[in-house]
Amino acid sequence: MTLALALAAVLAVAAVAFVARPFLREPAPASDRLGELSELERRRIELEEERDRALAALKELEFDHRTGKISDGDYRELVGPLRRRAAETLQALELRAGTGHERISSGR
Amino acid sequence: MAALGRAALLLSFGLVVYALVAGSVAAWKRRRRLAASAQNALIAAFGTTVVAAAVLWTALARHDFSFVYVAQHTSRTLPLGYRLAAFWSGQEGSLLLWLLILTGYSALAVWLHRFTRDLMAWVVPVLAGVSTFFVFMLVFVSSPFMSAPAPADGAGMVPSLQNPYMLAHPPMLYLGYVGLTIPFAFAMGALLSRRTDERWIVMTRRWTLAAWTFLGVGQLLGAHWAYVEIGWGGYYAWDPVENAALMPWLAATAFLHSVMIQEKRGMLKVWNMVLVALAFCLSIFGTFLTRSGVISSIHSFSQSPLGAWFLGFIAICVVFSVGLIYLRLPLLRSRTKLESLVSREATFLYNNLLLVALCLTILWGVMYPLVTQAVRGETRSVSKPYYDFFLHTFGLPLLLLMGIGPLVAWRRASLRALGRTFIVPAVAAVVTGVALIVLGYGSSTPGLLAYTFGAFVAASIVLEFVRGTRARRSLSGGSWPGALAELVARNRRRYGGYIVHASILMLAIGVAGSSAYQTVRERGLRPGQSMEIAGYTLTYERLQQRQEANAIATRAVVDVSRGGSHVTTLYPGKNSYPVEQQVSNEVSIYHDPRNLGDLFTIADQIDPKSQTLFLKVLVKPLVNVLWAAGFVFVFGSLVTLWPDAVEQRRLAARYAADTVAA
Repeated sequence: MTLALALAAVLAVAAVAFVARPFLREPAPASDRLGELSELERRRIELEEERDRALAALKELEFDHRTGKISDGDYRELVGPLRRRAAETLQALELRAGTGHERISSGR
Repeated sequence: MAALGRAALLLSFGLVVYALVAGSVAAWKRRRRLAASAQNALIAAFGTTVVAAAVLWTALARHDFSFVYVAQHTSRTLPLGYRLAAFWSGQEGSLLLWLLILTGYSALAVWLHRFTRDLMAWVVPVLAGVSTFFVFMLVFVSSPFMSAPAPADGAGMVPSLQNPYMLAHPPMLYLGYVGLTIPFAFAMGALLSRRTDERWIVMTRRWTLAAWTFLGVGQLLGAHWAYVEIGWGGYYAWDPVENAALMPWLAATAFLHSVMIQEKRGMLKVWNMVLVALAFCLSIFGTFLTRSGVISSIHSFSQSPLGAWFLGFIAICVVFSVGLIYLRLPLLRSRTKLESLVSREATFLYNNLLLVALCLTILWGVMYPLVTQAVRGETRSVSKPYYDFFLHTFGLPLLLLMGIGPLVAWRRASLRALGRTFIVPAVAAVVTGVALIVLGYGSSTPGLLAYTFGAFVAASIVLEFVRGTRARRSLSGGSWPGALAELVARNRRRYGGYIVHASILMLAIGVAGSSAYQTVRERGLRPGQSMEIAGYTLTYERLQQRQEANAIATRAVVDVSRGGSHVTTLYPGKNSYPVEQQVSNEVSIYHDPRNLGDLFTIADQIDPKSQTLFLKVLVKPLVNVLWAAGFVFVFGSLVTLWPDAVEQRRLAARYAADTVAA
């Protein structure tokens, strides 16, 4: 019983120390703010998802066409809008990257 | 040492409550150190739960009958393996296993994604909330660490649990059930943090697939266990607890398919949230059914006070998830629409509707006794014909869709292209159907349809590999095996998925063969007498008895011959367990390599005085294809789960802004 209680006490101390570790490591941090994505960053992630989706769809379309699942007519009809969509998202991402660079440059 | 177990669980309780409260405050107020502290609390809770589990395992191994749980579920004669497996043979131990796996998964998820900013802050309190319920039950309602003066011997283990499958089936199922908590927590975390992009899906893809695989394998192990142990000649009885594992698996199957539409087309965001919540709630419901004893089942070993607690928790989970999805509806709207009803995404949608319909009809069947009790005051239940009807109604079209889906292109498919891709599978299906009718297998319409559709699916899977390999070879040259390997390596999810489809097809073939085309005969025999079944002659020779570690085994010696030639000797019989004061049926099976089926013998009754044996014999064609499907299922899942370095680099770059430095 005594051994069990001693082990339980050791366990409790270890657990509390581990839980308190972030506060013990940084008793007075410069900032305790939990980072979160800005609206710009969220929009960029959405655009990257959109770009990857469009590029994957193009790849899939090429493969389906090659394996005979898509007729030539359907392929011609579908490939145009998909390429446009991919180009648009790539352009939008480049534009954002450019704006970001400009901001960094002007900030220096 | 029971005091150490109790203290460890009490610590787990404190830690998960802290993770819930501190984690919620940290996510709400955006406090960095508090969020990290809550994450640590969840990891520490795993450590303290491991200590509690170790205490119970030690007590089971050492015959420490001062633990009430050990005295109730083991005995001195019980072999060590079963003593250790007794951890999950009772209610309290099962709950502890739930908690052990849940805190283990939570700690791993937190550690793997510790540098993720937005999402994890909200995932931690959700995981902690679920853990809180289970630790609360273990600390305050159903503790495995109750102690009492030790009796001379324990009550032993239920004989049907004394089977090697006891070591693997329950943990495998629990790994699946509990695993569904992770995608649920990330989905709810995404809603709470307003992150309705694909981040949560990317983070949980492998978790969901792993949980789904465990749940699938667990069910198959359970089916095989029932087949070789229960002694009624079947493997699935539509028992409420069997259904309880099937339902979340069906919901998760629907989710695994529909989530691909979200990834590829940005559609079905609400539906995916609903499915992930449904799968989780059904996994809790499954645990409730197993442990509450409110519905009569071969798995419910006793009535218990847990039912009301579980129902309350399920209600909280349903209200929480439905409310949150409703609140975030504006963020979940898709910008794209279904372009055609003849497209890959449309077939996925049909597949989803059929899976959910099957899941809900099974749920209704399981709930029916409770509903009739509440409404009419008398308990009525539905039986095999109800479930068989819906299995045929929804399952057969599902099987066919499994073959159609891969042949249809994304976005839209013209009739001409469809005609070209469908011709080979359609011819294979028609030829198979006609051949079966000619050979006299038209007696069972569902069986005939299953094989005809099965031929379609098999042909479509083979065609997919052939066409894909040919296309890959024309692009990059090289040998055929090299092109095939490259094809699979470049798209593991798609081709791993096809291998899983092949396993489901094998499952359907095994089920249809062994149920629709099985032969059953039963006869009373005296030594020297014979009976005939499906070309076999079974001759009962004599009875024999032997003492085993914890049972007296009585076996009938049955000679099996075919066309005058000896095939094998079978030993069906019974085991008598003196400690547990129970008798179990011990079946004896001959695996026939000619039809991949079994000759299954059950000693229904044995009269030692007159040496009379009432022998039940079943011939189950193709049943071994069903068990082989399990290996193919695991292989396909592993191919799908295997990490793709190129994709991981791309995803890491995409979500780089979402990651904080170590």
